[in-house]
Amino acid sequence: MKRRIYGLETEFGIIWTPDVAHRKTLTVQNVVMYLFREIVAGRMYPDVFLENGARFYQDIGCHPEYATPECDDVAELVAHDKAGERIITRLASTAERRMRNDGFYGKISIFKNNLDTPGNTYGCHENYLMERHVDFRQLASQLIPFFVTRQVFAGAGKIKPSHRGYYAISQRAEHIREEISIGTTTARGIINTRDEPHADREKYRRLHVIVGDSNMSEFSTFLKVGTTGIILRMIEDNFIQQRFALRNPVKAIRDISDDVTCKHPIELQNGKRLSAVELQWQYLECAKRYLEQAESDPTTTQIMARWEYVLTCLESDPMQLDRELDWVIKWKWLQTYLSKRGFEWDAPQVKHLDLKYHNVRQEESLYYTLENRSEVERIVKNEQIRHAEHFPPERTRAKFRGKFIKKVNEGKILCGVNWSYIQLYEPYQILYLSTDPFKPEFDEASRTIYSI
Amino acid sequence: MSTEKQQEHLKRHVDETEDMQPDVGTGEMDEEFVEDLDTLLDEIDEILEEDSQEFVENYIQRGGQ
Repeated sequence: MKRRIYGLETEFGIIWTPDVAHRKTLTVQNVVMYLFREIVAGRMYPDVFLENGARFYQDIGCHPEYATPECDDVAELVAHDKAGERIITRLASTAERRMRNDGFYGKISIFKNNLDTPGNTYGCHENYLMERHVDFRQLASQLIPFFVTRQVFAGAGKIKPSHRGYYAISQRAEHIREEISIGTTTARGIINTRDEPHADREKYRRLHVIVGDSNMSEFSTFLKVGTTGIILRMIEDNFIQQRFALRNPVKAIRDISDDVTCKHPIELQNGKRLSAVELQWQYLECAKRYLEQAESDPTTTQIMARWEYVLTCLESDPMQLDRELDWVIKWKWLQTYLSKRGFEWDAPQVKHLDLKYHNVRQEESLYYTLENRSEVERIVKNEQIRHAEHFPPERTRAKFRGKFIKKVNEGKILCGVNWSYIQLYEPYQILYLSTDPFKPEFDEASRTIYSI
Repeated sequence: MSTEKQQEHLKRHVDETEDMQPDVGTGEMDEEFVEDLDTLLDEIDEILEEDSQEFVENYIQRGGQ
């Protein structure tokens, strides 16, 4: 499948800090209610689609969640993922104003990470539309070693207890308990079997990936989704002939996360021992051979160049990627800060700074402090992100959904919307289905909605 | 991202890849670097204005997906 639908869902962590003088506390539930108040206007549930085609809702565990609209380009997806951060940031400012009017003075912090202090986890799920014909067991066996090892460039980094070596590559690795499972809140698997394509089931499946970390770095997001897309193309075309099966993938994902040198050898079922980087090289070499005979495009060329660059650096010294990869950027700046300010790794200030890396409110964020001083590599421009906050992607079904939402919001028309349908209630009484996410217009629906 | 922009970005990236030698700066540049770093560290101090211990301890979420 050359053209693919990609989507990212991010669950944000949220906390309210009251001003010292006021000290009135609020529960997370209350804060989330304030956050949603501006956009849910009269609805029963905090669950809405936005004019850029995205969905914003309250998920399990009281987490606000932003699901990007359907994108068919990975760079465009990065812009839409970042647009979600900007939207929730704006909502937080409005919510704080309303809260002050109600006598609650303080600040909302919003984190795009995967762990709270005691170690509860929340996710960033990736979605890939795939060809239905692929045998699922084969898909899983070829993807597991890839997902276990891609954390070397996709991990978001975390501080760990000092007796275990201070710093680990991935936030999610320790919360992965199975190779394959359907669970997303317990017994999380490297492969998740949820399959809701929101499209023609005969033709497509949706691969729902829950094993990855949330990324602040545009570069990490771009590479995480981009390389996975290329691997899926090869699997759909039955191109991968090597056997990378690991002896114990669940142990391997933790062992790799625990080794910041990226050299820890993991055991394959055939008895060979390879590091995560060596295994990624095998996938990259395979992808190069694949693209010698398959059609490419500029985004794919960019993904391939960055993938090779990253593996080359990881092989000699991961610290060379301190502008590109989340786990390395954060590691570098935590180290710099603690050494200049005389803190130990287990100091609360260092844990505090780890959290602040992931704050999406720019004035409160380590990541954005670095971005604003050009200390990190970008994939998209701020104008592209601003555009994505208000406009849906042009080439997918999200285009019509976005236009529809804008129109019904302006006209205050009651409607029902989901990924694959839109519904107008009285007096129109119409339901439109779209089983083709690559088609930007719902023909009949367009005529009706524009006539309103 | 437009094709031109992508290629421009990629080119910049590949240039960086080829040029991985560490900068051997002059004394002046080093000074500038230290100053920049100090300003950045001050900015980081500012984002840690709350009580770190309390903030970290209070950061408790219900598990999500």
